[in-house]
Order: sequence, then C-alpha cells, then structure tokens
Amino acid sequence: MDLVEYLPIALFLVVASVIGIALLSLGSLLGPRRPDSEKLSPYECGFEAFEDARMKFDVRYYLVAILFIIFDLEIAFLFPWSVVLDEIGWHGIASMGVFLGLLVIGFIYEWKKGALEWD
Amino acid sequence: MADLLLVLWTLLKILLVTVPIIVTVAFYTLAERKVIGYMQVRRGPMHIGPFGLLQPFADVFKMLFKELMVPANADRTLYVIAPLLSLAPALAAWAVVPFDEGIALSQIDAGLLYLLAMTSLGVYGVILAGWASNSKYAFLGAMRSAAQIVSYEIAMGFALVGVLIAAGTLNLEKIVLAQAGNLGPFEWFWWPLLPLFVIYFISGVAETNRAPFDVAEGESEIVAGFHVEYSGAAFAVFFLAEYANMILISFLAAILFMGGWLSPFQGLIPGFLGEPSPIWLAVKVVFFMFCFLWFRATFPRYRYDQIMRLGWKIFIPITIVWIAVIAVMVVGGVVERGV
Amino acid sequence: MPIETILFFALSTVLVIAAGAVVTLRNPVHAAMCLVLTFFTSSMLWVLLRAEFLAIALVLVYVGAVMVLFLFVVMMLDINTTPLREGFARYLPVGLLIAAIMAAQMIAVLGTQHFGFDRYAAPAAVVEGSNTEALGRLLYTQYVYPFEIAAVILLVAIVAAIALTHRRREGVKTQDPGKQTMVTKAERLRVVKVGSESKEGRGA
Repeated sequence: MDLVEYLPIALFLVVASVIGIALLSLGSLLGPRRPDSEKLSPYECGFEAFEDARMKFDVRYYLVAILFIIFDLEIAFLFPWSVVLDEIGWHGIASMGVFLGLLVIGFIYEWKKGALEWD
Repeated sequence: MADLLLVLWTLLKILLVTVPIIVTVAFYTLAERKVIGYMQVRRGPMHIGPFGLLQPFADVFKMLFKELMVPANADRTLYVIAPLLSLAPALAAWAVVPFDEGIALSQIDAGLLYLLAMTSLGVYGVILAGWASNSKYAFLGAMRSAAQIVSYEIAMGFALVGVLIAAGTLNLEKIVLAQAGNLGPFEWFWWPLLPLFVIYFISGVAETNRAPFDVAEGESEIVAGFHVEYSGAAFAVFFLAEYANMILISFLAAILFMGGWLSPFQGLIPGFLGEPSPIWLAVKVVFFMFCFLWFRATFPRYRYDQIMRLGWKIFIPITIVWIAVIAVMVVGGVVERGV
Repeated sequence: MPIETILFFALSTVLVIAAGAVVTLRNPVHAAMCLVLTFFTSSMLWVLLRAEFLAIALVLVYVGAVMVLFLFVVMMLDINTTPLREGFARYLPVGLLIAAIMAAQMIAVLGTQHFGFDRYAAPAAVVEGSNTEALGRLLYTQYVYPFEIAAVILLVAIVAAIALTHRRREGVKTQDPGKQTMVTKAERLRVVKVGSESKEGRGA
C-alpha cells in the first residue's frame, strides 16, 4: 500500500472538523446572546425538570451493544475472506462454514432465549 | 516544497468535493419540502426566489443568526464536540467515493472497510449530544437511536460482504468496473444480490435515522430526540451531517449495486447514452435520494420493537443465508467473479 | 527529519497524553472519550506501519463497537464517584506495592534482552499489493485453527452475555406479527343472527 493515499483521508478529517468549527463559531459570533434561567432550563412539557436527566437505563440496551460487538467482529472476519474467496476456494468455504455455523448456533440460542424481543 | 504543493493540491480537491456536497445538501432540503409538498397536493416553499428556489439560503442565514444555547447543567465540552463528531465522519467518508473512472480523492485498497468504519463513527455524535444536553427527551432519543444504528449496521455490514464476494475487491472503483459486461443492467450486482441490495438500502435509511425509522427524532413523541436542545448553527451542523449521510448512502447504493457510472444501454445504443459517464451515476444517485423523500412521504413511523425485530430477526438471517448462497455460487463457478 | 518520523512522534504524543487522561479524568464519560481518541491515534500509527486492514478494523471494532458499549455503561450506570474515593489513603500503600511489582515484572519481560531490535529480524519487505488479501490468504488456510477458536470464543461471549443480562419479564403484552397476519375471518368475525322484532311486541 501507498501511504500517500492516506493523505486525502487525513486532510479530509481536518477539513471536515474545520467546517464544523467554522459554522459553530460563525453562529456564536452572529447570533445574539441573551440567556436567562428559563431559556436555559432543559426542555420539559411545561413543568420544571425535577431530577437529573441522566438516569439508569434498561439492561437490554447493554445486551444489544454486546451482541453488536460480536457481530461486528464477525463482519471484520468476513471482509478478508470474501476478498480472497476465489483463491482459497472450497477450503475457504469450509473454514468460514464452521466459523459462521458456530455463530449461527449462538444466534439461534439468543433468538430462542428471547434476547431479541423488545416489549 | 513538493510535499507542500501536494498538500495544497489535495486540499483544493477536497474542497471540490465538499463544496458541492454542501450545496447539494442545501438544495436537497428544498427538494424534500417540494417533493413532499407535491405528494400532499401542496406546493411547498414558494416565497423566496422564483418557486422558492432561494429558500435554502434563507434557512442558512436564519440559523446562523439564531442564539446558540447551552442548557443549564449541560456538559459544555461534550455538548460542543457532539455536532463536530457527527459531521466529521459524515464528510470524511467521501474521501474514497469515486465519481468516475480514476476520479476519487483516495484509492486505498480497503475503501469499503474504511466506509463502514466511518459510518460506524456517526453514532458518537448522537450519543454524546443526547447525554451532554442533560434533557430527558434528548437522552431517550440518543439511546433509542444508538441501539437502532448499531443493529442496522450489522445488516449493512453483511450486505457489503455480499458485494465483496461478488466483486473480489474492497476498492470502490474496481467494484464498479467489476459490474461491467454485455448484459447491461443485469451485470450489475443488484441482480445476483437482490435481497442484499434491498436490505442495504433499507438499513441505510435506518442508519441515517430517516422516516420511517426516525424514532430518534420522533417529533410527535420525543419532540426532536437527541438534538432537542440544540439551536441555530449547532443544529445546522447536525442537519448537514444527516443529509450528507443520506447523499452518501445514495452514492453507495448506486456504486455498489447499480453499476455506478456504467450505462444501462452498454453496447445497445451507439453514442453518448451507451457510454459510461458520471451523468449516469448522477441519475442513479438522484433516484435513490428521491427514494428517501418518497419513503418519508409514504410510510408512517415504525414502532420501536418493530424496528428492532426487522433488523435482528429478518435482515440478519436473510443476509447470512444469502452470503452463504453467493459464496457457494462464486466458488462453484455458477456466478463469475467480476475482476 | 522525514515526515513519517514527525508524524510518528506527533501521534505518539497525542496517544500518550490521551491515555494518561483516561486514567486521570474524573468524569467517566470524558475518560471514555479520551480512550476513543487513544484508539483512533493508535490506528493512525498502524497506518504508518502499513497495516492498513488492521488499522481500519481497529477503528471499526474498538471505536465503532466496543467503545459504544463502554459509553452505554458509563452513561447509564449513573456512577457516583464519592464513595469510590473513600479509604483512598488506607489502600494507598497496598496499591503502590502492587503497582511497583507490576512495573518490575513488565520491565523484566519487556526489557531489551528479550524484545530488543537485535532479537528479531526486521520483517522482510512490506507486503506487496493489498494488505487485506494477504491477511485473507493466511488466516483461512494456515491459521485456520486459531480462526475457529475465535468463533468458539465469540459463541461463549454470546451465551455469557445472555446469561448475565437477559431477564424474562412477566406480564408483557407482546405482539406476534406472524400470528397477526395469519388470522382468518372465521377466527375473528362471528355473525350473530338476531331475529327481527315486530312492532307489536315492543309497543308502547
């Protein structure tokens, strides 16, 4: 690989951040600034916010995040495999078959356990 | 000196990509209001400029002159960083998108992997915005949206694996070239990968939090979700990121599944229409961009449990099965690999 | 100095500062974001090493997935840091002792006598062509056993995650869309014959 190909990517990240910062600072320069406590209070349906908004949350969200990590890793393993599939042929199919097969067992398990239900 | 010139030249090229994207975003918002307007037998914005054509500029100036508010008890640092974190990956992803043969900012080998990585970063803007605002609605919207985005990212990743199996390369330009052939549109990957193509585009709509998957914003229930506390220019940055992502998804759908700049009449019609050209790419992209608006005008919002069910229980099984099918077909010689 | 060296030192500096901030910052969400920055800069360092696939996979898996889980946890657990700081002085000597032992062990293992440049031959030329392809050629053929073991570990992770976090709830009203669409008219609709009433019978 050629390192030069990564120059546009690095520069693009910089340019994108600069555009964002420029928009925000332009906004804060041009806009008025007249804060008052009512305006700055967090949005609620007509009453005062009576507790901190950062609250404990349902454990299912963690489960989704953990399952996402596992499947994301699976995708990372599938990428190089799919690129060289014609070179590794049936051997590749077999090794990925076992790999995916094991994970499909896990997937069926979570399905049957009801981990994918949202109610 | 040569290095400096290279950097300047690259910066110029980046601006040549970024400025059109921003202008497209501006007019895309107008198109959205016009298209949905006409679908609902209204005319949309008509007052600013002929047929309301200057409306986007009015919107931009309005947003720039609004007060930037930071809610009390908000985490100021993260509150300011959140919109930047949502815009930077949305724009930086364009570095590997090809616009015609040989016209792309960067030709890295792992182009598609890079795109997947960049889209997976978009979730940070949402989570941080929701948490930093210290507002219940924002937090609810952020959590909903984060779980939804990660769920659909899996389906999207699997769909991309299907494209890789068919194309045999991670480079987007080579993926387009792998779709060239004598059968015209039937050489493009939407045909052998039809289920993956449909899943990719629907996941793309869900990833960008667009209707009918817009539970993260859900105006009628959690008012605007994760960016309810953002005003003025900060809101504009989120807006820009969301629309840049929509255009990106449209580009990728056209490039990965619809033959990019290849002509559907390849070898059938002599002359300009039968030749590959960026105009074809533009036509396909505009079609997909139109689909985003069409969906919004057509479908009511999904319920959250339905969204999660669609992502996990329908899309993921279908993609896994289709990856197995296409892999066996490629190795068995039923489908010819494009490269 | 060649530009690559400058980049290396700049990125390493950011990396070390960010990693230090992960441990020292009070706010757990800020610490998690510094960890994101740490991963991101180390991925850039890997790009400098020409490890293209691994660098992007690091961003995809660690930044895009693992850190999202971290953020979920630190944001939603509502950690109160005051009780955590109680007894800091009491545990300090033990902590310092353990830290010293660990540092000594790491110096012993990672010293130049084991991992010096002279111990290992420099890798033969950078891989020609695509990084991903080279990796793919080896991973699914020569290193197929570690690869399958990875699958087993992931399977264990799925089972463990469900065993630890999944709770069946009682009394929820879930819909089964399959059943909903499979209903027939006969199940839902009952036509009741009601005899007509004559006017005389209800006469005032």
